[in-house]
Amino acid sequence: MTRLSGGLIDRSRTLSFTFNGRSYPGHPGDTLVSALLANDVRLVGRSFKYHRPRGVFSAGSEEPNALVTLGSGARAEPNTRATVAELFDGLEARSQNHAGPLGFDLLAVNDLLSPFLAAGFYYKTFMWPKAFWEKLYEPAIRRAAGLGSLSMQPDPDAYDKGFLHCDLLVIGAGPSGLSAALTAARAGAKVILADEDFRLGGRLLAESHTVDDAPATDWIAGVEAELASLPNLRLMRRTTVWGAFDHGIYGAVERVADHLPDPGAGVRQTLWRITARRVVLAAGATERHIPFANNDRPGILLAGAMRAYANRWAACPAQRVAIFTNNDDGHRTALDLLGKGVQVAAVVDTRPDATALGPYRTYPAAQVTNTWGRRGLTAIRVAHEGGSDWVTCDALGVSGGWNPNVHLASHQRGRPVWDAAAQAFLPGACPPGMIVAGAAAGQGSTHAALHSGAKAAQTALADLGIVANLPDLPRAEDTPLNLRPLWHVPGKRRAWVDFQNDVTVNDIALAHRENMRPVEHLKRWTTLGMATDQGKTANVTAIAVMADLTGQSIAATGTTIYRPPYTPVSLAVLGGGDTGAQFRPRRLTPTHPWAQAQGAVFVEVGPWMRAQYFPRPGETHWRQSVDREVLATRAGVGLCDVTTLGKVDVQGADAGVFLDRLYCNPMASLKVGMVRYGLMLREDGHVFDDGTCARLGAEHYVVTTTTAQAGPVFRQMEFARQCLWPDLDVHLISTTDAWAQISVAGPQARALLGRVVDGFDLSNAAFPFMACANLTVCGGLRARLFRISFSGELAYELAVPARYGAALMARLVDLGADLGATPYGTEALGVLRIEKGHAAGNELNGQTTAQMLGLGRMVSAKKDAIGTVMSRREGLVSDTRILVGLLPVDAAGPVVAGSHLFAEGAVQQTDTDQGWVTSACYSPHVGSSIGLGFLADGAARMGEVIVAANPLQRQNVRLRVVSPHFIDPDGGRLRD
Amino acid sequence: MLIPHPLLGPRDAVEFTYLGDASLLARPDGLAEGADAAFHDYVYLRDNPAGVHRELWYHEQGDRSWLVVTRNTVTHEILGAELARDVALAMRGAK
Repeated sequence: MTRLSGGLIDRSRTLSFTFNGRSYPGHPGDTLVSALLANDVRLVGRSFKYHRPRGVFSAGSEEPNALVTLGSGARAEPNTRATVAELFDGLEARSQNHAGPLGFDLLAVNDLLSPFLAAGFYYKTFMWPKAFWEKLYEPAIRRAAGLGSLSMQPDPDAYDKGFLHCDLLVIGAGPSGLSAALTAARAGAKVILADEDFRLGGRLLAESHTVDDAPATDWIAGVEAELASLPNLRLMRRTTVWGAFDHGIYGAVERVADHLPDPGAGVRQTLWRITARRVVLAAGATERHIPFANNDRPGILLAGAMRAYANRWAACPAQRVAIFTNNDDGHRTALDLLGKGVQVAAVVDTRPDATALGPYRTYPAAQVTNTWGRRGLTAIRVAHEGGSDWVTCDALGVSGGWNPNVHLASHQRGRPVWDAAAQAFLPGACPPGMIVAGAAAGQGSTHAALHSGAKAAQTALADLGIVANLPDLPRAEDTPLNLRPLWHVPGKRRAWVDFQNDVTVNDIALAHRENMRPVEHLKRWTTLGMATDQGKTANVTAIAVMADLTGQSIAATGTTIYRPPYTPVSLAVLGGGDTGAQFRPRRLTPTHPWAQAQGAVFVEVGPWMRAQYFPRPGETHWRQSVDREVLATRAGVGLCDVTTLGKVDVQGADAGVFLDRLYCNPMASLKVGMVRYGLMLREDGHVFDDGTCARLGAEHYVVTTTTAQAGPVFRQMEFARQCLWPDLDVHLISTTDAWAQISVAGPQARALLGRVVDGFDLSNAAFPFMACANLTVCGGLRARLFRISFSGELAYELAVPARYGAALMARLVDLGADLGATPYGTEALGVLRIEKGHAAGNELNGQTTAQMLGLGRMVSAKKDAIGTVMSRREGLVSDTRILVGLLPVDAAGPVVAGSHLFAEGAVQQTDTDQGWVTSACYSPHVGSSIGLGFLADGAARMGEVIVAANPLQRQNVRLRVVSPHFIDPDGGRLRD
Repeated sequence: MLIPHPLLGPRDAVEFTYLGDASLLARPDGLAEGADAAFHDYVYLRDNPAGVHRELWYHEQGDRSWLVVTRNTVTHEILGAELARDVALAMRGAK
């Protein structure tokens, strides 16, 4: 087929593209489909279930059939609607959902099996035997019924997201949207005009009628030029507003680079979150079809789409066409095609009083009752008053009227309302601040669209106190549709309603017989409207067919709920670039650059990157580095950045009282200059977090939290301060990032610290275990020192302002060379604390109690702290599981965290389960693997041999129950 | 969603952390008679209305205020927002 005359394509340039490997020419301004039609390609895909040959059906984003895979390699994108794919030089497209070539699909056997694949077949046919569903039926059905495939490669493109605010958001740039935007922008309002198309004008681009006696494109060009000159209007082409959310927030996707041959390094798509004070929805309307037997052959499409291809793109699917219509709009297509030199075989009009509007044959009171043509239409059967005829034609345009695009108006639970005069569902209760205009509101003529758009903008702005004058709008057509409803042509053969999901009138009838009559049941039983097009060309017709079957009115039958997105949105753009390293903010410790210079291996700990271990030359396995770091710490002195632990400054006259209510153990009684270990519970009685509480002054405490719970603990503290005890004089601030904190641990810790403190007495008498102080170090740098130990050694934590952290660490390592000063990472930190039997995140997993940690006596009954009351409930108190140490009986045996504990010889099942291993590591101090775990009645079972079961690896390891303190059980080293 | 912060004006809901029913403000006295039963109800019993609900939101990515937001859970309409501290103080005064 050669091109027709005219059209909005740039014939001065030729673009080359491929479809299924074959190369074709096209022009700028083409879509993939218009270029395919201009090259006589009509078969573009196979249907979802029956693998029937399918051709293009529409000219817009409602397309059910023409889904293709665009691009190749990692950029291959399946399920793209070819009707809205803007053509560019080098575009590659492939058809989907067929085995073998598109023209001869082996899976078309499904079409012969269609009696078994009718509505609800999922629920009926494949139920027996039950076990076959998961292994046999479902995978086979999924392979056969489907869409395109993902590339299975990482997406190479960049995505972004952004936020916009405006007085008025105008959705759609057809006649009503343009006049709304013009009205509002001239009034000085901040306006956003968004349209999914790459060209402004909407339906006007598809029509031949004039505006002010000139081509509509002249008027559009004038408006476009004026809008471009107004700085208060933002014009967003290729932007689909896909969802109306709460409080005037709209989701939009701008396809920034999808139409470029080379997306380059820029952003491919942007997700916009638009906060609009008012909205004019000018989303237009979607034409509906009239189901009849075998209405799904390539070459059968919407009459309005056929007209759009001819007028805008100078393309037509055939030389000889017919029209099937129940309104005057179908005749317009016949007239426009005739004007372009296309042969019109017949207009089949269902209305008894139909007359031709031009020189073509019209069948009044007639219906199309069948069609012919295996891979494309060749003839239609026309039943009319005088009998029935076969009419040969290569394409058939179907027009059943227009459905207003009410989707965005209905995203906030608003149900569309049936309007008998318009024979259409019109927007019901809209989201607050939205006015619907143009064809979306049933104002479908160009004249009505122009005027309703301007009026809507004026009304919306008046709400905001902005006065807008109505513009002088051009003269435009104002002809009625004269529609006489016909919802489907009765008959026994299959007549498709929903093309993408292969739902026929017979399926709806079956659903009716099986009592799946409410629309929501109909939808789920037949899968009507559940494909990627969400039934844009199917749902209203299906509702009318069901209404017909039940004898209820269409109004009483109602619609299903409309939900975002209006058209499919890729997960990639919803991520908006927040992937990989950008997935969330990454926090670096103050010593990070120093640790990097030491060649540290890093590990993610919540949002933080922490040094995991510091490999040295010759060490080939992480265990070698970790064992060395542990032994060096226990023999000399180790240094570790512990900044990531949460720090909260608590100040005020009531700080002590406040902390008494947060910690289950007393804190108000803590002496100034001392530190106490503290346990916080949740109000349900389980352990929330642990840490230290240091009293630096009468009204000044500093508390620490675990790294993981720093955020939640601070939130809980603010909750307690503001919501529970607002009358207390207490103030909080998180200082986690303000202070770099370094743990100095090991028998040489005091000697090393002595070399940096400014004349501070570190002797045991002056600064005992659990002391704290403000001091200066390195000649005047303000610092805080805490004598606390996580490792079980003589240990301190030294805090300095964060910017000095790296320098302090470097100086400590340098000054401590002769003392064996060794930096250690999180692995060694873990080994040191497991050897000491200190609880950490593995033990504080939200299911444990103070009693289970062996700290039950810390919970003070004399005060009312969070969680105290509930910690006394019987179910928690009667739990005998308690923290124990675990040693493999065979010294070479492994201890695996997560293993469950059983008595030797016991059957291993839930009711004989006695606990689990929480933490495990290799202990260089003990010389074997060791573990911590919760064991029923553990305190009374020291020395007993039990079994750790790890069924995932079919492992049963014999462990001996020991004290959780593998080193220094009486704490002598701490107090040395 | 936009939450009308009483001090900062309308703020995007993504800045907030949601907790739930504002009845959590009415914490029982743990030292009083019958505290066990009172805490059982406090911790576990919540109303979950389809309609107007008073609930706690925390402006975690903002000024750290806890707010009592009155919201219609069906329409998501927000009918008001107060500082939880003010609400809690008023409850104390009423006692």
